[in-house]
Amino acid sequence: MKKVGIEVSLAIAEAAKLARVEVVSAYPITPQTHIVEHLAELVADGELEAAYLNVESEHSALSACVGAAAAGARTFTSTSAQGLELMHEILFIASSLRLPIVMVLVNRALSAPLSIWGDHSDVMAARDCGWIMLFCENGQEAVDSVIMAYRIGEDRRVLLPVAVNIDGFTLSHVIEPVEFPDQELVDSFLPPYKPLFTLNPERPVTMGAYGMPEIYTEAKYAQEMAILNSKAVIKEVMEEFGKVFKRNYRVVETYNLENSELAFLALGSINENIKTAIDILKAKGTNVGLISLRLYRPFPSEELLEVLKNVKRLMVVERAMPQGATNSPLFNELSAFAFHNGLNIIMENYIAGLGGRDVDPQEFVNIALNPFKKDGKLNYKIIGVRE
Amino acid sequence: MAKPMEKYTWRDLNVGCVIDEPGSSLEYKTGDWRNLLPVTDYSKCTKCGLCWLFCPDNAMKPKDDGFFGPDLDYCKGCGICAQECKFAAIQMVEDKK
Amino acid sequence: MKIFKTLERYMEKPDAEYIASGHRACQGCAEVLALRLAFKVLGKDTILAMATGCMEIISTPLPLTCWRLPWIHIAFENTAAVASGIESAIRILTQKGKLENKKINIVGIAGDGGTSDIGFQALSGALERGHRLIYICLDNEAYMNTGIQRSSSTPYGAFTTTSPPGKKSIGQSTWKKDMPKIAAAHNIPYVATACPSYPYDLFNKVKKAKEVNGPAYLHILSVCPTGWRIPSEMAIEYGRLAVRSGVFPLYEVENGVYRITFKPESLIPVKDYIKGQGRFRHLTDKEISEIQDRVNKDWERLTKLCEITKA
Ligand SMILES: Cc1ncc(C[n+]2csc(CCOP(=O)(O)OP(=O)(O)O)c2C)c(N)n1
Ligand code: SF4
Ligand code: SF4
Ligand code: SF4
Ligand SMILES: [Mg+2]
Repeated sequence: MKKVGIEVSLAIAEAAKLARVEVVSAYPITPQTHIVEHLAELVADGELEAAYLNVESEHSALSACVGAAAAGARTFTSTSAQGLELMHEILFIASSLRLPIVMVLVNRALSAPLSIWGDHSDVMAARDCGWIMLFCENGQEAVDSVIMAYRIGEDRRVLLPVAVNIDGFTLSHVIEPVEFPDQELVDSFLPPYKPLFTLNPERPVTMGAYGMPEIYTEAKYAQEMAILNSKAVIKEVMEEFGKVFKRNYRVVETYNLENSELAFLALGSINENIKTAIDILKAKGTNVGLISLRLYRPFPSEELLEVLKNVKRLMVVERAMPQGATNSPLFNELSAFAFHNGLNIIMENYIAGLGGRDVDPQEFVNIALNPFKKDGKLNYKIIGVRE
Repeated sequence: MAKPMEKYTWRDLNVGCVIDEPGSSLEYKTGDWRNLLPVTDYSKCTKCGLCWLFCPDNAMKPKDDGFFGPDLDYCKGCGICAQECKFAAIQMVEDKK
Repeated sequence: MKIFKTLERYMEKPDAEYIASGHRACQGCAEVLALRLAFKVLGKDTILAMATGCMEIISTPLPLTCWRLPWIHIAFENTAAVASGIESAIRILTQKGKLENKKINIVGIAGDGGTSDIGFQALSGALERGHRLIYICLDNEAYMNTGIQRSSSTPYGAFTTTSPPGKKSIGQSTWKKDMPKIAAAHNIPYVATACPSYPYDLFNKVKKAKEVNGPAYLHILSVCPTGWRIPSEMAIEYGRLAVRSGVFPLYEVENGVYRITFKPESLIPVKDYIKGQGRFRHLTDKEISEIQDRVNKDWERLTKLCEITKA
């Protein structure tokens, strides 16, 4: 199979086509637009046999996906920032009804001020909606993740929606070399969706009933078990993907971590810049590693513990503000994680790349060499902020 | 037969809390709500079926003899059947259950 | 049963009940009756998407359900979008041969709040996109499920808990939003108003809605004894009074042509409709005559619309 140079957004649409999605329902928002535009083209040209719903809002986009998935169709949607927030209410319902919708979330900053550029404030505000969450660093990962997402979500042991996160512009709009798998291979890896229950007059079921206090806890517990247990399936699917397509993925990826006690931890495409910084540091004789969470929900606790074994100092880089919390969202979660697991690690919280701001790899070099010391009001450092 | 809610463990629930027993609400007897009971004077009844048609609870049931009578398990005693009977065949009387 | 014979003109199985008894609607609820009657015409091959509201909450406390049709509830404001998704899924799955090719009625159901307020945008989108679905608005003229708050469909002068009459207020201070005409403005093939107090008119309209190719919008006045503060046995009678007074005319709009489907020889005074209802108890004669004027004008306009649009 040969690689082609293609804009990542278009590659994602092609991946949805390879996954043979049946209902696409989306509302345009920058930087997600190229994905849904290309899907519209594929449907218009008859290359993808799917129903394409030009809904009037993101709230309706996801609502229509929920309806379509409940009726037994393989569904796709995509959004960013404000769109995700408008969907927020339905995110919880999609996961509670256990419908394996796949959404490509093109990460973008939340208003205000309005910003169409990338950061993770959107996904962080929606991180605990019961969706499986994957993060991608490059175009190939994005394509492969979309295909894997259906296989994971539709597995009878899982039945949950999956969000595939890609960074707005820095990933969505760049042209990258991508290898598209053959359709037959995808078909063998991803069989047609066989739902457990559907809206079908031959076998009427009630979906979305309400829960009294006597039963709500059990309902939520069942859902929690589903997402926790999904991790084993996710790993299994990644492994099989590797066997079939010869590209290997792990839920927690590392870079140059083998001999380093010092490590960065981040999500998404900013890792490419961090890797450059790591290479610079290495050339200067300082060994620094990187931990990247490809899987963010369910939280990959065991796998993270494993890679943190030798780490003494962890620099957590995040593209989201704490919004009044003690620290940024992922950092807070990692602190609790470290505490509960008795880890003796120095943890530092860096905030970078807000609203599309570039971060020069040199900044990461500086961080590695000059640890952040709390000197007053803030528990974190915002890289490059003009005070 | 659904068991009482407080007996359900999380494993007893279908995926997504789907209910796959259509019409299982029959287990919930709304007849308990009733204060008044519809009583039909069949000598006045023309078997027109309006009482059946207008009952919000499908509690006015057709009988083998062509007449209609309330299903006491579900009749809430709203009085619509009595009000709508053009022949004043139904009286609402105090239900001494 | 002779009534079953008559009903066979509209439905296959007059005695089939698609909402099981044991639902928890209040005594005398004409909203649930409206559904009971409509479903008889829709029949078995029907899928329902329902908004949050009274009918959702009375029907499905886990682990029980009163539905005998496939039914889904997702949220309050998105019924039309959910129904759109279902319709699209059924269409594509049938096209791909994954579902047997047969006609299934896709029905979205919401209250007046779920339709004329919070669900307005999703409804407009669905009607504009031309999905083959039936949308039913169950208009009981307030947010009943949350305890009788006003909606844009609450009539002028009515008491609700958020439009209480007081020294400086008449109660609801705005006129009822004209949802059926707004739906008709989408130029969809079929729009109709109906009321379970006129079951045959309702059957007819549901039957037409079922047969048109494209969206159909049914606006059903659903008397709510609890919210209107009337005795439970009067639910059918008040629907009749609403129609006979011209407060809620029964009409349909078929491909743009307006037609009044039940024309009383002369309209009864609005006062006859208003006077027994607790929600209007505070209104003075002057205020009632203001409402009467408005009803007269609306009726006149509707009659004209019928004339103008006649083929
Ligand atoms: C987004 C959202 N806002 C508010 C509510 C609360 N709520 C639930 S039902 C309802 C009123 C329903 O009124 P209507 O649509 O007229 O239906 P009815 O209960 O009168 O049949 C409200 C306000 C909600 N569930 N979701
Ligand atoms: S409405 Fe009256 S007359 Fe008609 S069937 Fe019922 S009881 Fe008999
Ligand atoms: S009293 Fe009401 S619930 Fe009982 S049978 Fe008559 S109409 Fe039905
Ligand atoms: S509040 Fe009104 S609409 Fe709601 S269930 Fe009771 S009577 Fe019916
Ligand atoms: Mg209402």
